[in-house]
Amino acid sequence: MNAHPYIPNTGPATRTAMLAAIGAASIEDFYAGIPAGLRLQRPLNLPAPIRDEQGLIRHMKGLLNQNTDTTEALSFLGAGCYPHHVPAVCDEINGRSEFLTAYAGEPYEDHGRFQALFEYVSMMGELLDMDVVNVPVYDGYQATGTALRMACRYTGRDKVLLSCQILPDKLSKLRDYLTPDIEFTTVLDDSVAAIYLETPDMYGVVARNPRLLAEAAHAHGALFVVGTDPISLGVLAPPASYGADIVCGDIQSLGMHQSFGGGQAGFIATHDEERLVAEFPSRLFGIAPTAVAGEYGFGDVYYDRTSFALREEGKEWVGTAAALWGITAGVYLALMGPEGMREVGETVLSLTRYAMTSLTDAGATVLHPNEIHFREFAIAVSDADALLTSLRAENIFGGVRLSGNEVLICVTERHTRDDIDRLASAVKGALA
Amino acid sequence: MSAQTEPFATMPVAPKPALRRFHQARWDEPIIFELSQPGRRGIGVPESGLPEVELPEDIRRVNRPALPELSQLHVVRHYTRLSQENLGVDLNVDVGQGTCTMKYSPKVNDIFVRDAKIAELHPAQPLDSVQGALEIYWRLEQILKEISGMSRVSLQPGAGSAAIYANIAMIRAYHAANGESHRDQVITTMFSHPSNAACAKVAGYDIITLMPDADGFPDIEALKAAIGPRTAALLITNPEDTGIYNPQIKEFVDLVHGVGGLACYDQANANGILGITRAADAGFDLCHFNLHKTFSTPHACGGPAAGACGVAEKLVPFLPGPVVDKTDNGFVLATPAHSIGKIRPYLGVTPNVVRAYAWVMALGAEGLRDVAEIAVLNNNYLMHKILRIPGASVPWADKPRVEQVRYSWQELSEQTGVHSEEIGVRAADFGVHYWTSHHPYVVAEPFTLEPTESYSKEDLDEYAAILAHVADEARRDPAFVKGAPYNQSIHKIDPTSLDDPQQWSPTWRAYQRKHGAR
Amino acid sequence: MIVGLIVNPIAGLGGPAGLKGSDGSEIQQRAIARGSVALAGRRAAIAVRALTKHRPDTIVRTVAGAMGADAAPHAEVISLAAQQPTTSADTRAAVKALRGVDLLMFAGGDGTARDVLDGGPISPVLGIPAGVKVYSGCFAISAAAAGLAASRFTGDAEEAEVVDLDEDAYRAGSVGPRLYGTVRVPSVRVRLSGRKASTPPGTVEGIARECVTRLREGVRYVLGPGTTTQAVGKALGLETSLLGVDVVLDGKLIGRDVAEAELYELVQGGPAEAVLSIIGGQGFVLGRGNQQLSPRVLSGLRGMTVLGTQQKLAGLGGRPLLADTGDPEADRRVCGHVRVITGYRESTLYRLISASEDA
Repeated sequence: MNAHPYIPNTGPATRTAMLAAIGAASIEDFYAGIPAGLRLQRPLNLPAPIRDEQGLIRHMKGLLNQNTDTTEALSFLGAGCYPHHVPAVCDEINGRSEFLTAYAGEPYEDHGRFQALFEYVSMMGELLDMDVVNVPVYDGYQATGTALRMACRYTGRDKVLLSCQILPDKLSKLRDYLTPDIEFTTVLDDSVAAIYLETPDMYGVVARNPRLLAEAAHAHGALFVVGTDPISLGVLAPPASYGADIVCGDIQSLGMHQSFGGGQAGFIATHDEERLVAEFPSRLFGIAPTAVAGEYGFGDVYYDRTSFALREEGKEWVGTAAALWGITAGVYLALMGPEGMREVGETVLSLTRYAMTSLTDAGATVLHPNEIHFREFAIAVSDADALLTSLRAENIFGGVRLSGNEVLICVTERHTRDDIDRLASAVKGALA
Repeated sequence: MSAQTEPFATMPVAPKPALRRFHQARWDEPIIFELSQPGRRGIGVPESGLPEVELPEDIRRVNRPALPELSQLHVVRHYTRLSQENLGVDLNVDVGQGTCTMKYSPKVNDIFVRDAKIAELHPAQPLDSVQGALEIYWRLEQILKEISGMSRVSLQPGAGSAAIYANIAMIRAYHAANGESHRDQVITTMFSHPSNAACAKVAGYDIITLMPDADGFPDIEALKAAIGPRTAALLITNPEDTGIYNPQIKEFVDLVHGVGGLACYDQANANGILGITRAADAGFDLCHFNLHKTFSTPHACGGPAAGACGVAEKLVPFLPGPVVDKTDNGFVLATPAHSIGKIRPYLGVTPNVVRAYAWVMALGAEGLRDVAEIAVLNNNYLMHKILRIPGASVPWADKPRVEQVRYSWQELSEQTGVHSEEIGVRAADFGVHYWTSHHPYVVAEPFTLEPTESYSKEDLDEYAAILAHVADEARRDPAFVKGAPYNQSIHKIDPTSLDDPQQWSPTWRAYQRKHGAR
Repeated sequence: MIVGLIVNPIAGLGGPAGLKGSDGSEIQQRAIARGSVALAGRRAAIAVRALTKHRPDTIVRTVAGAMGADAAPHAEVISLAAQQPTTSADTRAAVKALRGVDLLMFAGGDGTARDVLDGGPISPVLGIPAGVKVYSGCFAISAAAAGLAASRFTGDAEEAEVVDLDEDAYRAGSVGPRLYGTVRVPSVRVRLSGRKASTPPGTVEGIARECVTRLREGVRYVLGPGTTTQAVGKALGLETSLLGVDVVLDGKLIGRDVAEAELYELVQGGPAEAVLSIIGGQGFVLGRGNQQLSPRVLSGLRGMTVLGTQQKLAGLGGRPLLADTGDPEADRRVCGHVRVITGYRESTLYRLISASEDA
């Protein structure tokens, strides 16, 4: 074989013709700027290539087949990455190569990308009851870190009060991301920039009377920042309705596969207040008119955000993040509509309660049993590892181990009552 | 029977014109909310058959979200139309988005990530159920270690900028562990990716940016003046975004090491030097690759991407956790002793790790060398063609270029009043992308072309012919070029409202509130 | 929209004749004698065509003959007696006569810009580059661009510096721009392409803020002329001068628009450092614009910080910053790599050399 299928100009005739056109003797001429002492004097030591496609498939399948996925085992794993149903249309659209292989074209030749992302933020806006939503950032962790930084820039303060239980990994990320400008506090006073509430929290608990926190924050001139999962908002009140100033979280639930953690993407939303909009470090897409009547154009809203540019101690970066997951979440919301979102919320709420009851009946101690839970709850056991090992033997991924005696269990609309009964029965057996 | 028509064209079909008669799809598609009809739905949702959970008033949603209501075909049709109004690598000679390394993403690799064995894998599964995924992580790490010469590589960052941030977080942790937190300055260069400065600032550093000297290289004398006991690190791209490889890179690294700082290599522009020169050989302590650039994973309209951080031995304890270790009992996860913690949830953007691994496996060492050499050949061939266009130039033309070039339309712009941005919009009328440069513009009226190994000689000829044509148009009728686009999904946008708080409409609801009936 | 137009018909004369500018009637006579043809009228016509093409309802108002009407055939012409050849006084008179327009365009160079400034324009102004020296911030990059920018003028304006060389000194062999003041120019918001990454550019306010955080107690800071150094004063809540040299100590203004002797006294009173902006497009930080910073004053300073955006440094194309105090020994003492603050928490080290070394 001469030319590699991915590299058209590897053929010697083409190489020669191109070198001749340039007037260069060899490709080595172009590397003249690299000192000899820095040149690698040997071939890279890499595995032998598999240049035929079927051979590559065989090799990859050999690796992939060592995995047992969540369609083969009964999985109750959540903790930030959730097994919601992914409609076939979501995969169809995000697999379109026009979307998949595009990058950062202008609003003309890539009009479709701009419109699809504008529609995504617009549908999120409806769900959240907020007018400004950004194009996705990396993940919900990042979105939360940025939302808190925005609150600090907005208020000119540097303390954040966490009023909820946060996953340890997420807390680790937040600490890192907010260091060294921002500190966590447990005292609410006029030096606090934001109260952060996550609902549902890491235990799936839906916070009660969140308006009281909003009022407390506002009484001290602080912002109320709320983290949530948008898939709950067909049934749960949108945080804006109880006083949230900034809402943030992850959109993996809205049409992304779990993909071993590869489906995460973050959102941040605010009201349409110029000063707050000025603090977004990420892109905002908006409608603009074109030279032709009745035509929608799109562009970046308030691109040269002067406040952001001036208050650079809080400056953040914008890079390649998770746009395709934004488009996909838009497709998901368009498919679901208001009824679908209500139904999925109701189904998850009732299955969660059913699972809590079933596991209590099976002899497990459910934490926060009197609270309303959405999708997740934890059980306390004497030996979490032993329980999970025992469930694994029955081909059940029983939950995420939070500690030696706490296991976090997740149920979604993908589960049936039978699935939960099977879990309960296995837990009962294991605890017996 | 229809009436007989006179022949209006003759055989054979005439040859194609020199330039493609492109027109982007124009569906004139409404906003999805305008397609909504009450009572329709796009997908069914299972009911639990259980009693409904009564929600107290303080947390119950009262108003129905005004999401659109469409049947499934209409969702599919709408989004398929929007997809057509978009140019991906699969559709265009995508050499115009320099610094982005737009290359072919092999289709077979998409099959692997859509496989349930990846797509339906939860990151917290028992280790024995994810050995295949962990092995791919481990194998790709070994490959990137060899390519960079570094001791270990983390695949956790979600993209290039996140990888830069992870590297800075490690630098900060390293100095702190050595009792040297007083090091509060980071040095970078004007032609390094601006995320280096931006990420370092987020991490609390003061930034010193070295400007290019008259030869286009970052001024080494300025570096000597800048370094000192407060120097935490040098963050540098090489070759820089000009496409010029800085031959004094080792001296830069040594100078920074001499004052106790670390040297961190932004390898966003690695495509032309794979197997040619390595980060470790120039003495770097840290480096990062963009898997969506050099290692072929698709750009996905702007992510998900993936980054990889390589570090020398002394920084291994600070890597983000967990890392994948190979043991006698299979692959396990471990957290380094002084880990900076999580950069993102779980292990990373697994689908892109899988794609990058499969891409390298299809190429091997020799194939990677071909990637580098052909990328460089293509770049120099395209430069040769572009320099024949009157009004186009290359600053520091005597310096050899590696995998990309930052060009200038300064002469053309001064003669015609047409700016580089406007040339790009008009070039798109022929079905290609085009990008100018990061800000500030050091090169006047810049454009940056990076023809990776994916494009053929004929592709490059076509791209150069398009730019030559547009440059000629700019001379003949500058107003026509300024009025572009003409062959796109939409016409010229008036952006005024986007900067006016009274008018801007970042969502449909904002648009309706400000400009409609809502 | 009413746009005023003033053409300096003799702008650009000196360049082709190798006379380093066209200021002074004797120079102009010499230029004409050397066969120069004024470009300004042609450039102005290009700008007017572009303007009226993109905004056909524009009313152009100008003065008769070579000072305007020749370049704008359909313009409203107001009466104004001008000398032949025209002088600075004619430009200033035209500025006054054209008050009441929405935007005043002029074709010329830095010298013309200075005359426009001296004429006291009420509206924003926009320069059509047609001179030998076009370093002032009020010029568009080309005549066509000026026409286009004018056609898009919405009323938003921002400050821009008017700089010019001291031409007598220039012809005598030494170079040095001088800041003469500021005018308001249209804010042109160019929508930039390819938003792959957002890095807000360094701003004058950001630079001033960074500069203020670096100020130390007990040090006398000598602020040179310019809008950037003035922004430092503003950030400190002080009314410093635009064109003069001021001295700040512990947040207080202890000398405003001081002369050399007074400055010398002040820097002798305690540790002192200079904070200077880059004047003009050639990279001068010490030149004729701030002669108060004399060799003996400089020898009393402990350090020097320069203020300027990355864009301004980029415009130097890799050339060094320049010092020309008139004393090679004093120049040599300040040469080397100086700290340039380019934004909040952003700086660079940049080479500064003696202008005589550069020549």
